Amino acid sequence: MESLIFAVVLLALGFFFGRYAESKHYKSIRKRESQYRHKPVLSGKTALSEKNINKSQLAVGSVVVSIDRFKLMVSTIQNLLGGEVHAFSSLIDRGRREATLRMMESSPGADGYYNFKIETSTISGSSKNGLGTIEVMAYATAVSFHS
Amino acid sequence: MILTNIETVPGQEIVEHYGLVSGSTIRAKHAGRDFMAGIKNIFGGELKGYTELLRESRAQSMERMVSQASKLGANAIVNIRFATSTVAVGAAEIFAYGTAVKVSPSSRQIEN
Repeated sequence: MESLIFAVVLLALGFFFGRYAESKHYKSIRKRESQYRHKPVLSGKTALSEKNINKSQLAVGSVVVSIDRFKLMVSTIQNLLGGEVHAFSSLIDRGRREATLRMMESSPGADGYYNFKIETSTISGSSKNGLGTIEVMAYATAVSFHS
Repeated sequence: MILTNIETVPGQEIVEHYGLVSGSTIRAKHAGRDFMAGIKNIFGGELKGYTELLRESRAQSMERMVSQASKLGANAIVNIRFATSTVAVGAAEIFAYGTAVKVSPSSRQIEN
């Protein structure tokens, strides 16, 4: 009985705090994305016009995010039914956008970011709690042009 | 040291090639951090302790790669790639590798 109550409390905590944290995080992501919108982030490297480039430097950004207990339970149910697991998509989306922003913030003076790569890996914090924790790393070559 | 993840350094010419350089590190957080991350996992969101851990290890593996390159006499590393893997519970390996080269401003650049 106690363990059941404990599990329900954990789910409720996950539901309310997770929801609040997610909306707060999205707000901050949207705000920062609008600040950096004018800078191109390209996955190609052929767009480089060598003449204009003044400086180039590696830019790296990374983040570790995890889903809350409630979403973990929802994802387990969705997993049984098959189809798209929506509970995870917001987690991955948040992680990728945050990592990209951190990469841009690591070299704020750059005019563009070329050869953008993103890598996602699963981190098992501990064997029991590790489920649903991912690390996202974004890296690119930050270039600045001659004025 | 110029670091890029494209094959060249824009505006510069590769004059010498020293081959592959790499750096790796395996790091873990102390048990207290692991415990805090476990609690944070209930609520979801960013696990700052682990973000920090991975950032530190990435910096260290890049440092090792850079020191290897500078020993060879290189002044730039191009085509850098990263790889992350979990070797044990709570420990992560970060591996960085690239090609050590010597670059100098290209003649085309000087003309301009």
